[in-house]
Amino acid sequence: MAYSEKVIDHYENPRNVGAFDKNDHSIATGMVGAPACGDVMKLQLKISDAGIIEDAKFKTYGCGSAIASSSLVTEWVKGKSVEEASQLKNTQIAEELALPPVKIHCSILAEDAIKAALEDYKKKHAS
Amino acid sequence: MNHFELFAIEPEYAVDLADLQVRYRKLQQAMHPDRFANASERDKLLAVQRTSQLNDAYHTLRDPLGRAEYILGLRGVDMQHEQKTLQDPEFLMAQMEWRERVEELNAGDFTAIDQAYSDLERETKVLQEQLEQQIAEADNDEAANSIRKLKFMHKLGRELEALEDA
Repeated sequence: MAYSEKVIDHYENPRNVGAFDKNDHSIATGMVGAPACGDVMKLQLKISDAGIIEDAKFKTYGCGSAIASSSLVTEWVKGKSVEEASQLKNTQIAEELALPPVKIHCSILAEDAIKAALEDYKKKHAS
Repeated sequence: MNHFELFAIEPEYAVDLADLQVRYRKLQQAMHPDRFANASERDKLLAVQRTSQLNDAYHTLRDPLGRAEYILGLRGVDMQHEQKTLQDPEFLMAQMEWRERVEELNAGDFTAIDQAYSDLERETKVLQEQLEQQIAEADNDEAANSIRKLKFMHKLGRELEALEDA
Protein backbone atom coordinates (compact mmCIF):
# COMPACT_ATOMS: atom_id res chain seq x y z
CA MET A 1 0.00 0.00 0.00
CA ALA A 2 1.32 3.43 -0.90
CA TYR A 3 1.49 6.11 1.75
CA SER A 4 0.71 9.67 0.78
CA GLU A 5 3.55 12.20 0.72
CA LYS A 6 2.17 13.90 3.83
CA VAL A 7 2.14 10.64 5.76
CA ILE A 8 5.72 9.93 4.75
CA ASP A 9 6.79 13.46 5.71
CA HIS A 10 5.25 13.16 9.20
CA TYR A 11 6.58 9.63 9.56
CA GLU A 12 10.13 10.57 8.63
CA ASN A 13 10.11 13.90 10.47
CA PRO A 14 7.59 13.48 13.26
CA ARG A 15 6.78 16.77 15.00
CA ASN A 16 6.65 17.11 18.75
CA VAL A 17 7.78 13.65 19.80
CA GLY A 18 8.39 13.38 23.51
CA ALA A 19 6.74 13.66 26.87
CA PHE A 20 5.85 16.17 29.59
CA ASP A 21 5.68 15.47 33.30
CA LYS A 22 2.18 14.04 33.64
CA ASN A 23 1.94 15.17 37.26
CA ASP A 24 2.35 18.83 36.29
CA HIS A 25 -0.93 20.69 36.85
CA SER A 26 -0.88 22.25 33.35
CA ILE A 27 -0.30 18.92 31.56
CA ALA A 28 -3.19 16.79 30.29
CA THR A 29 -2.45 13.23 29.19
CA GLY A 30 -4.49 11.05 26.85
CA MET A 31 -3.74 7.37 26.31
CA VAL A 32 -5.51 5.31 23.68
CA GLY A 33 -4.96 2.04 21.89
CA ALA A 34 -6.31 0.38 18.73
CA PRO A 35 -7.02 -3.31 19.35
CA ALA A 36 -7.30 -4.02 15.62
CA CYS A 37 -3.58 -3.40 15.11
CA GLY A 38 -2.11 -3.11 18.61
CA ASP A 39 -1.13 0.54 18.15
CA VAL A 40 -0.65 2.60 21.30
CA MET A 41 -0.72 6.40 21.42
CA LYS A 42 0.08 8.86 24.19
CA LEU A 43 -0.80 12.50 23.61
CA GLN A 44 0.03 15.25 26.08
CA LEU A 45 -1.17 18.85 26.03
CA LYS A 46 0.24 21.78 27.93
CA ILE A 47 -2.73 23.99 28.71
CA SER A 48 -2.53 27.54 30.06
CA ASP A 49 -4.72 28.89 32.87
CA ALA A 50 -6.78 30.63 30.18
CA GLY A 51 -7.52 27.24 28.58
CA ILE A 52 -5.25 27.65 25.56
CA ILE A 53 -3.14 24.71 24.36
CA GLU A 54 0.40 26.07 24.41
CA ASP A 55 2.29 22.94 23.51
CA ALA A 56 1.72 19.30 22.61
CA LYS A 57 3.82 16.15 22.58
CA PHE A 58 3.16 12.58 21.57
CA LYS A 59 4.59 9.12 21.60
CA THR A 60 3.07 6.51 19.32
CA TYR A 61 3.92 2.88 18.77
CA GLY A 62 2.28 1.92 15.54
CA CYS A 63 2.27 2.09 11.77
CA GLY A 64 3.20 5.09 9.65
CA SER A 65 -0.38 6.33 9.47
CA ALA A 66 -0.77 6.24 13.26
CA ILE A 67 2.47 8.15 13.76
CA ALA A 68 1.54 10.68 11.07
CA SER A 69 -1.96 11.16 12.53
CA SER A 70 -0.62 11.88 16.01
CA SER A 71 2.19 14.09 14.69
CA LEU A 72 -0.34 16.10 12.68
CA VAL A 73 -2.73 16.67 15.58
CA THR A 74 0.07 17.96 17.82
CA GLU A 75 0.64 20.64 15.18
CA TRP A 76 -3.04 21.39 14.78
CA VAL A 77 -3.99 21.78 18.42
CA LYS A 78 -1.22 24.22 19.33
CA GLY A 79 -2.69 27.67 19.93
CA LYS A 80 -6.25 26.33 19.98
CA SER A 81 -8.56 26.64 22.95
CA VAL A 82 -9.73 23.52 24.76
CA GLU A 83 -13.17 24.09 23.22
CA GLU A 84 -11.77 24.37 19.68
CA ALA A 85 -9.58 21.29 20.10
CA SER A 86 -12.56 19.23 21.22
CA GLN A 87 -14.22 19.95 17.85
CA LEU A 88 -11.47 18.24 15.88
CA LYS A 89 -12.75 15.29 13.85
CA ASN A 90 -10.93 12.24 12.60
CA THR A 91 -12.28 12.91 9.10
CA GLN A 92 -10.21 16.10 8.96
CA ILE A 93 -7.08 14.13 9.84
CA ALA A 94 -7.87 11.37 7.34
CA GLU A 95 -8.52 13.95 4.62
CA GLU A 96 -5.35 15.94 5.28
CA LEU A 97 -3.20 12.80 5.21
CA ALA A 98 -5.19 11.13 2.41
CA LEU A 99 -5.55 7.97 4.49
CA PRO A 100 -6.97 4.92 2.70
CA PRO A 101 -10.10 3.28 4.22
CA VAL A 102 -8.08 0.56 5.99
CA LYS A 103 -6.14 3.25 7.86
CA ILE A 104 -9.10 5.35 9.00
CA HIS A 105 -8.81 3.78 12.46
CA CYS A 106 -5.45 5.58 12.84
CA SER A 107 -7.20 8.94 12.54
CA ILE A 108 -9.91 7.77 14.97
CA LEU A 109 -7.13 6.87 17.39
CA ALA A 110 -5.69 10.40 17.15
CA GLU A 111 -9.12 12.01 17.65
CA ASP A 112 -9.77 9.79 20.66
CA ALA A 113 -6.33 10.67 22.06
CA ILE A 114 -7.25 14.38 22.05
CA LYS A 115 -10.59 13.62 23.68
CA ALA A 116 -8.89 11.48 26.33
CA ALA A 117 -6.37 14.27 27.05
CA LEU A 118 -9.17 16.85 27.35
CA GLU A 119 -11.01 14.50 29.73
CA ASP A 120 -7.87 14.35 31.84
CA TYR A 121 -7.71 18.17 31.77
CA LYS A 122 -11.30 18.45 32.99
CA LYS A 123 -10.65 15.91 35.71
CA LYS A 124 -7.55 17.73 36.89
CA HIS A 125 -9.33 21.08 36.97
CA ALA A 126 -12.62 19.93 38.42
CA SER A 127 -11.23 19.93 41.95
CA MET B 1 -24.58 -24.98 11.25
CA ASN B 2 -22.04 -23.05 13.29
CA HIS B 3 -18.37 -23.97 13.66
CA PHE B 4 -18.88 -25.76 16.97
CA GLU B 5 -21.82 -27.75 15.64
CA LEU B 6 -19.78 -28.72 12.61
CA PHE B 7 -17.23 -30.42 14.87
CA ALA B 8 -19.93 -31.59 17.31
CA ILE B 9 -18.23 -29.95 20.30
CA GLU B 10 -19.51 -27.62 23.02
CA PRO B 11 -19.31 -23.85 22.29
CA GLU B 12 -16.79 -23.21 25.05
CA TYR B 13 -13.53 -21.32 25.24
CA ALA B 14 -11.59 -24.34 26.48
CA VAL B 15 -11.10 -26.68 23.53
CA ASP B 16 -9.07 -29.88 23.36
CA LEU B 17 -6.89 -29.04 20.35
CA ALA B 18 -5.72 -32.61 19.78
CA ASP B 19 -9.33 -33.80 19.72
CA LEU B 20 -10.27 -30.92 17.41
CA GLN B 21 -7.53 -31.94 14.99
CA VAL B 22 -8.75 -35.55 14.92
CA ARG B 23 -12.29 -34.36 14.19
CA TYR B 24 -10.99 -32.02 11.52
CA ARG B 25 -9.07 -34.80 9.74
CA LYS B 26 -12.09 -37.10 9.74
CA LEU B 27 -14.40 -34.44 8.33
CA GLN B 28 -11.75 -33.42 5.83
CA GLN B 29 -11.53 -36.97 4.50
CA ALA B 30 -15.29 -37.34 4.32
CA MET B 31 -15.67 -34.06 2.43
CA HIS B 32 -12.61 -34.27 0.20
CA PRO B 33 -13.47 -33.11 -3.34
CA ASP B 34 -11.65 -36.14 -4.81
CA ARG B 35 -14.41 -38.33 -3.40
CA PHE B 36 -16.83 -36.43 -5.58
CA ALA B 37 -14.87 -36.87 -8.81
CA ASN B 38 -17.76 -38.73 -10.42
CA ALA B 39 -20.50 -36.72 -8.81
CA SER B 40 -22.63 -34.09 -10.51
CA GLU B 41 -21.26 -30.57 -11.01
CA ARG B 42 -23.57 -29.33 -8.29
CA ASP B 43 -22.34 -31.89 -5.74
CA LYS B 44 -18.75 -31.14 -6.69
CA LEU B 45 -19.30 -27.48 -6.04
CA LEU B 46 -20.97 -28.25 -2.73
CA ALA B 47 -18.04 -30.42 -1.69
CA VAL B 48 -15.61 -27.60 -2.46
CA GLN B 49 -17.75 -25.15 -0.48
CA ARG B 50 -17.98 -27.50 2.49
CA THR B 51 -14.23 -28.04 2.49
CA SER B 52 -13.58 -24.33 2.53
CA GLN B 53 -16.11 -23.89 5.35
CA LEU B 54 -14.41 -26.68 7.25
CA ASN B 55 -10.97 -25.09 6.87
CA ASP B 56 -12.34 -21.74 7.93
CA ALA B 57 -14.00 -23.28 10.99
CA TYR B 58 -10.87 -25.19 11.97
CA HIS B 59 -8.59 -22.18 11.72
CA THR B 60 -11.01 -20.02 13.70
CA LEU B 61 -11.49 -22.51 16.51
CA ARG B 62 -7.84 -23.52 16.73
CA ASP B 63 -6.79 -19.96 17.56
CA PRO B 64 -7.78 -18.95 21.12
CA LEU B 65 -8.57 -15.35 20.17
CA GLY B 66 -10.42 -16.35 17.02
CA ARG B 67 -12.42 -18.85 19.05
CA ALA B 68 -13.28 -16.30 21.75
CA GLU B 69 -14.37 -13.73 19.14
CA TYR B 70 -16.43 -16.38 17.39
CA ILE B 71 -18.22 -17.34 20.61
CA LEU B 72 -19.05 -13.67 21.25
CA GLY B 73 -20.22 -13.39 17.64
CA LEU B 74 -22.66 -16.26 18.26
CA ARG B 75 -23.93 -14.25 21.23
CA GLY B 76 -24.49 -11.21 19.05
CA VAL B 77 -21.32 -9.27 19.90
CA ASP B 78 -19.55 -8.39 16.65
CA MET B 79 -15.87 -7.57 17.10
CA GLN B 80 -14.75 -8.45 13.60
CA HIS B 81 -14.52 -5.04 12.04
CA GLU B 82 -14.66 -2.80 15.02
CA GLN B 83 -12.72 0.45 14.96
CA LYS B 84 -13.25 1.13 18.61
CA THR B 85 -10.30 2.38 20.62
CA LEU B 86 -9.35 1.04 24.00
CA GLN B 87 -9.24 3.64 26.78
CA ASP B 88 -7.94 1.86 29.83
CA PRO B 89 -5.14 4.16 31.07
CA GLU B 90 -3.58 1.59 33.38
CA PHE B 91 -3.43 -1.12 30.75
CA LEU B 92 -2.21 1.30 28.08
CA MET B 93 0.48 2.70 30.35
CA ALA B 94 1.73 -0.86 30.86
CA GLN B 95 1.62 -1.32 27.06
CA MET B 96 3.73 1.81 26.57
CA GLU B 97 6.26 0.45 29.04
CA TRP B 98 6.23 -2.86 27.23
CA ARG B 99 6.86 -1.14 23.90
CA GLU B 100 9.71 0.86 25.40
CA ARG B 101 11.21 -2.31 26.82
CA VAL B 102 10.99 -4.08 23.45
CA GLU B 103 12.43 -1.04 21.70
CA GLU B 104 15.48 -1.13 23.97
CA LEU B 105 16.10 -4.85 23.47
CA ASN B 106 19.07 -5.72 21.31
CA ALA B 107 18.46 -8.26 18.57
CA GLY B 108 21.39 -10.40 19.75
CA ASP B 109 20.56 -10.37 23.44
CA PHE B 110 18.72 -13.66 23.66
CA THR B 111 18.70 -13.76 27.46
CA ALA B 112 16.80 -10.47 27.65
CA ILE B 113 14.49 -11.50 24.81
CA ASP B 114 13.72 -14.82 26.51
CA GLN B 115 12.99 -13.00 29.75
CA ALA B 116 10.61 -10.67 27.90
CA TYR B 117 8.91 -13.69 26.31
CA SER B 118 8.30 -15.40 29.63
CA ASP B 119 6.99 -12.17 31.20
CA LEU B 120 4.70 -11.68 28.23
CA GLU B 121 3.46 -15.26 28.44
CA ARG B 122 2.71 -14.88 32.14
CA GLU B 123 0.68 -11.68 31.61
CA THR B 124 -1.08 -13.22 28.61
CA LYS B 125 -2.05 -16.26 30.65
CA VAL B 126 -3.66 -14.08 33.33
CA LEU B 127 -5.78 -12.36 30.67
CA GLN B 128 -6.70 -15.68 29.05
CA GLU B 129 -7.88 -17.07 32.37
CA GLN B 130 -10.00 -13.97 32.93
CA LEU B 131 -11.39 -14.35 29.43
CA GLU B 132 -12.29 -17.99 29.98
CA GLN B 133 -14.18 -17.10 33.13
CA GLN B 134 -15.95 -14.14 31.52
CA ILE B 135 -17.07 -16.31 28.61
CA ALA B 136 -18.27 -19.04 30.96
CA GLU B 137 -20.24 -16.47 32.96
CA ALA B 138 -21.60 -14.82 29.79
CA ASP B 139 -20.05 -11.53 30.86
CA ASN B 140 -19.78 -10.60 27.18
CA ASP B 141 -18.73 -6.95 27.45
CA GLU B 142 -15.88 -7.76 29.79
CA ALA B 143 -14.92 -10.71 27.61
CA ALA B 144 -14.78 -8.39 24.60
CA ASN B 145 -12.46 -6.09 26.55
CA SER B 146 -10.21 -8.98 27.46
CA ILE B 147 -10.03 -9.98 23.79
CA ARG B 148 -9.03 -6.42 22.89
CA LYS B 149 -6.29 -6.49 25.51
CA LEU B 150 -5.06 -9.86 24.31
CA LYS B 151 -4.68 -8.43 20.81
CA PHE B 152 -2.14 -5.96 22.20
CA MET B 153 -0.29 -8.85 23.85
CA HIS B 154 -0.21 -10.69 20.53
CA LYS B 155 1.19 -7.63 18.84
CA LEU B 156 3.96 -7.56 21.45
CA GLY B 157 4.65 -11.21 20.78
CA ARG B 158 5.05 -10.49 17.08
CA GLU B 159 7.42 -7.60 17.84
CA LEU B 160 9.56 -9.97 19.95
CA GLU B 161 9.53 -12.56 17.17
CA ALA B 162 10.72 -9.91 14.72
CA LEU B 163 13.63 -9.16 17.06
CA GLU B 164 14.60 -12.81 17.19
CA ASP B 165 14.53 -13.11 13.43
CA ALA B 166 16.53 -9.94 12.92
